[in-house]
Amino acid sequence: MKELITGNEALAYGAYLSGVRVGAAYPGTPSTQIMEKFASFPGVHAEWAPNEKVAMDVGIGAAFAGTRALVSTKHVGLNVAADSLFYAVYTGLNAGLLIACADDPGMHSSQNEQDNRNYAKFAKVPMLEPSDSEEAMQFAATALEMSETFDTPVIIRFVTRTSHSSSVVDIDPDALPPPAKERKPYKREIGKFVMVPGNARRRHPVVEERISKLREYAESTPLNRIEPGNDDWGIVASGAVYQYAREVFPEATFLRLGMVYPLPEKLIREFAGRVKKVLVIEELDPFFEEHLRLLGIQVIGKDVFPIVGEFSPSLIRQAAIKAGILPATAPVSAATPAPEISIPIRPPTLCPGCGHRGMFTVLKEAGVVVMGDIGCYTLGAASPLEALHFCGCMGASIGVAHGMDKGGIPDRLVAVIGDSTLFHSGLHPLINTLYNRGNTTTIIADNSTTGMTGHQHHPGTGYTLQKQPTLKVDLERMVRGFGFSKVDVCDPNEMDDFRKILEDHLKGEEASVIIARRPCALQSREKRTPPRIDPELCTNCGTCLDIGCSPLVQDEDCVSINEAMCTGCGLCVQVCPAGAITREKE
Amino acid sequence: MKKIDYLLAGVGGQGTILASRILASAGLEMGYDVKTAEVHGMAQRGGSVESHVRWGEKVHSPLVEHGMADYLIGFEMLEAARWLTYLNKNSVTLINRFRIPPPLVNLGKASYPSEKEIENLLQSRGGTVKWLNATDVAEDAGNPAMSGVVLLGALSNLVGGDQEIWLQVIKRLVPARFVDMNQKAFLAGRDAGRD
Repeated sequence: MKELITGNEALAYGAYLSGVRVGAAYPGTPSTQIMEKFASFPGVHAEWAPNEKVAMDVGIGAAFAGTRALVSTKHVGLNVAADSLFYAVYTGLNAGLLIACADDPGMHSSQNEQDNRNYAKFAKVPMLEPSDSEEAMQFAATALEMSETFDTPVIIRFVTRTSHSSSVVDIDPDALPPPAKERKPYKREIGKFVMVPGNARRRHPVVEERISKLREYAESTPLNRIEPGNDDWGIVASGAVYQYAREVFPEATFLRLGMVYPLPEKLIREFAGRVKKVLVIEELDPFFEEHLRLLGIQVIGKDVFPIVGEFSPSLIRQAAIKAGILPATAPVSAATPAPEISIPIRPPTLCPGCGHRGMFTVLKEAGVVVMGDIGCYTLGAASPLEALHFCGCMGASIGVAHGMDKGGIPDRLVAVIGDSTLFHSGLHPLINTLYNRGNTTTIIADNSTTGMTGHQHHPGTGYTLQKQPTLKVDLERMVRGFGFSKVDVCDPNEMDDFRKILEDHLKGEEASVIIARRPCALQSREKRTPPRIDPELCTNCGTCLDIGCSPLVQDEDCVSINEAMCTGCGLCVQVCPAGAITREKE
Repeated sequence: MKKIDYLLAGVGGQGTILASRILASAGLEMGYDVKTAEVHGMAQRGGSVESHVRWGEKVHSPLVEHGMADYLIGFEMLEAARWLTYLNKNSVTLINRFRIPPPLVNLGKASYPSEKEIENLLQSRGGTVKWLNATDVAEDAGNPAMSGVVLLGALSNLVGGDQEIWLQVIKRLVPARFVDMNQKAFLAGRDAGRD
């Protein structure tokens, strides 16, 4: 039966049908739906771990136990999990371990565009890259077989355009995973599983021998293949870029690499011998290009195709035309020259009713130095709120604020971190601030969910990924347990309360925590009667517009409220200096 | 089988993703190979969003090339104008007569182009522009949030496919309690698009 599914869904389905029974991940665009989909299958255990390293350890543990496992992450999540990935390459496993990792070229929703193919070489772990959903499903099965044959974790690399693209997959509606009883028994093996230096020294040659064997495998696997065409141009490509290049160069000979590490040297030489010129088309780093150059093959690559940003068929075509590889095509003929009108940009904004808006309005007013973190509240850096000074990676806010304090910034420093991000990697720096006699204030922007990625549960929500009720970590008791004595909880959209608490914390000399708690407006869907603006009283001063709430619109003589969009949170009522905005009686 | 490339442009939260799924599934039902591409995450918070949907004999890239879109479906006027570079002289732009002012316009720091300016811009590539009050039609059918399904109804007149195929796809992809309302919105769009 033909079905249209995303690469993320196809990977999860392929893993399930291959007998994977344990999955762990932390949500991260564009990888999130892999674990969400996997969690929906019967008889599996799937969990949101607090971060990617924990997820990786859980996956490795399940594979040690003899059960096939899936770990999924976005590209930067593999940085967090790298320590665990590297030991697992040495220990090997006891059942298949599939790591699905999604890069984000173009940074649709990320802080960098690192090319995680480099991890394959760095960690000495095989990596596959599907080019559509059908391959994502098939590669899952292949990767798990490979993982068990060679006793190694296997990474399947996605990019946004394979994770979030849908394509047609032939699905057998009666297909079932193999029965659960086939688990390989676990036994204690100190030399393999205890990576003390003496054992690790014995394991390293095993890793090198394994990579050599995988290099041989790469020569013969159908994952890599030469697709014959004319001999003018031979194109080396993988993944989504292979599909773009196929359209731009329909006649060329292709070396299609489904396995991006280790690379098949004999096959590459054979391919290069067949064509007049070799073109390497790859997004981000010159990963294939450098390898081909090491083999002494002349290639055209990053001299023509950019090292930054996301590719598309248009980009490849334009770059090829510019380099004289393709003939110039007539520009799309315009009937008339395009009129010059400006199209105002539309960046993402905080939702109406969002608690982060009250928090940032007060922080901006206080004029303190605010270190931010990763989540919806990163939008607090943008106009008109303009309260954040920094955003680096998950969990960085608290440590950076403490470092800036010790580095001599005289102002009181504030870190803003979301609840899910705090559980991810904010707990250690929070303890560090106490331990090392810091005096920064940490604001936990607690919307009681993982907002930006689409409302996933975490240790503070009381539910698991598979919707089972569970223990709910109490943030206030937790930080008091660490030793914080100055801890307050309030709704940041009650601005007077929040302002008083913030002033009190900034006056103190000790490290402190404010839990700014207001459930995510998209999730609570709280809708009260929108406030009313009295046009007689409105002085058109623009103060309310400075909170950046989209239902508030500048009209000719005064501001008006788009009632369909307004949640009635009343934040604008609190900031209006003229008393022109009032709550309707409900 | 001739390829048909679609670009759906709107504001995060307007339902472009659901509409692109319906459009893609309808193409599959009609016997096309189909691919789609969209972006989740950050952009969903009220930012510009675009979905690519491609029908063809065999589709490689999920992304539409510049100058190659056969149909641009604008859920919002400004967002339709933003994707001009995808159009050519044969393209049809189906545009919802509906404004969501972006932050700079709300703050009075930029102006929202007039309907005429947007039409002139979109026609500068030589294609045709069809206006539809899709949000109003959706509201009449029960909820203004269904404007995307109304636009698909109007589009269905232009790209073919039995009405029943579209209605069945909507039934499959929309939560059960909203199916009747969405089918009604689709048919209302189909009627409105014939005018």
